[in-house]
Amino acid sequence: MTWSGRVNWRWLLKQAALLFAVLVIVSPVILFFVWMLSLSVKYEIDNAAYPPVLIPERFAWKNYLDVLESNRFSTYFLNSLLVTGTATGLALLVGVPAGYGIARMKAAKAAVVILVARITPGLSYLIPLFLLFQWLGLLGTLWPQIIIHLVVTVPIVIWIMIGYFETTPLELEEAAVIDGASRWQVFRYVALPIAKPGIAVAMILAVIFSWNNFVFGIVLAGRETRTLPVAVYNMISFDQLSWGPLAAAALIVTLPVLVLTVFAQRQIVAGLTAGAVKGG
Amino acid sequence: MARAGLAPSTVELAPTEAPAARWRPPGYWPFVVPALVVVVGVIVFPWAFTLWMSLHEWKVGADPAFVGLSNYARLPTDPRFLDAVWQTLVYTALSVVLPLILGTLAACVFHARFPLRGFLRGVFILPMMATPVAIALVWTMMFHPQLGVLNYLLSLIGIPPQLWVFHPATVIPSLVLVETWQWTPLVMLIVLGGLAALPTEPYESAQIDGASLWQVFRHITLPLVAPFLFVAAMIRMIDAVKSFDIIFAITQGGPGTASETINIYLYSVAFAYYDVGYGSAIAVVFFLLIIALAAALLVVRKRTQGSVE
Repeated sequence: MTWSGRVNWRWLLKQAALLFAVLVIVSPVILFFVWMLSLSVKYEIDNAAYPPVLIPERFAWKNYLDVLESNRFSTYFLNSLLVTGTATGLALLVGVPAGYGIARMKAAKAAVVILVARITPGLSYLIPLFLLFQWLGLLGTLWPQIIIHLVVTVPIVIWIMIGYFETTPLELEEAAVIDGASRWQVFRYVALPIAKPGIAVAMILAVIFSWNNFVFGIVLAGRETRTLPVAVYNMISFDQLSWGPLAAAALIVTLPVLVLTVFAQRQIVAGLTAGAVKGG
Repeated sequence: MARAGLAPSTVELAPTEAPAARWRPPGYWPFVVPALVVVVGVIVFPWAFTLWMSLHEWKVGADPAFVGLSNYARLPTDPRFLDAVWQTLVYTALSVVLPLILGTLAACVFHARFPLRGFLRGVFILPMMATPVAIALVWTMMFHPQLGVLNYLLSLIGIPPQLWVFHPATVIPSLVLVETWQWTPLVMLIVLGGLAALPTEPYESAQIDGASLWQVFRHITLPLVAPFLFVAAMIRMIDAVKSFDIIFAITQGGPGTASETINIYLYSVAFAYYDVGYGSAIAVVFFLLIIALAAALLVVRKRTQGSVE
């Protein structure tokens, strides 16, 4: 009796220590986002208070209204949507078949290009492509950003799809070939439907990394063609000095990604660790 | 005439060259070609063009003039570049080591079973998926010497206020703090994957032998997850060297040039001074530096492979 009581006590202690460790580990993340939220709903007077105020007496919802109603916000939101959407769509269109082809040819060595692309600093694409876009007269439109975002999205899609198609079973495809299907038909009607989970992973990661991209935008975007991260950066440096609306804008920009991360956590973890373990 | 002569011969050739059993369809190349065109256009072409530009004196607006390797010769005599190299190395070393340690600890905790584990793992990876500029903006506010919440938190435990990113001596550690906060989750995920693949037998026998928690970690867990730690270190190194968004959005390389890494300097040279020839030379050397660091990590891995076990 006393013996089992002691074991229980030790188990409880261990459990408590574990929960404490979990709390310590996740608290920097939770506190940061709580503070971000707090900054975004406070009036200037509360944001400048010392000691800092976590929950204000009056909530400044107007910070959000200010951002959403500012005449350029909808333009920048649409720009972000168009750049990320088109760059991801194009990447899936060329990257999924490429991943399939490379996996079936067992030509994974061809993917070395993707690895080197992963290592290359983004700015070394920016200088030559900037000059090219200037020469083509494309600056001032969204096309330079859509095209250069392919540098981000295409390698992600190809890499993840190679890994995915390498693990899908060949038997069904062989059966389809025996039944007289062409390579294209095998891909379209056998391989592609099975690959949907892999495509989802590739799409989610491509969307997030394209949406978050900042460096390409600060060089290529003009006043009318800014994406949201660039617009937020410009708010810091030029237009806006009060913290409330700034924090509100920051939260609005990153909210879609945060929501996607929480809901598609399984896919993101799978994609990142697959890419990471193979990509190292 | 030539056409008429060619046509029959190709028809004749086809069957002889490809007898029934040997004939192979065009293969999987058609699947790869569209992607190949894109990759050559947006990835390989910029590499080649960068190499070409690095051999030219070229300011945007003027005509390029071939100058051989003189852009490269200028690098070792450019004090700002040398400072940037040093600052990049310091920034990278700290941004690899700290997330590696903290991420491994976090992975050991997340390897255990506890309520809400899945959800909390999702929360924990938010920093690395969130938009870096948005994150940087909030950190800038938190770093503020008078109004920032960090100095308030320090005052609670009796530490005097700091200048954080506003002082040359503390700017790099402060930026590393952000980078560590952001990227510890990636290390955690990779190591967690390693822990999940561990065999259970060594742990059972260690328990029978009465090994302490630290002994188990040092002599069983660490050697077994070493390959994963290496992968994490490699990825972290590549990303930390190239870090741009956080540094640019918070300090733009300042105060002065105290946090100017190679990437930030490269940006200034190419897009503030429009010196694309010299900028391209920096880009090439920068790329070679990353390759060299990756090779150095590989050597370290080979050397320690025996000794960790």
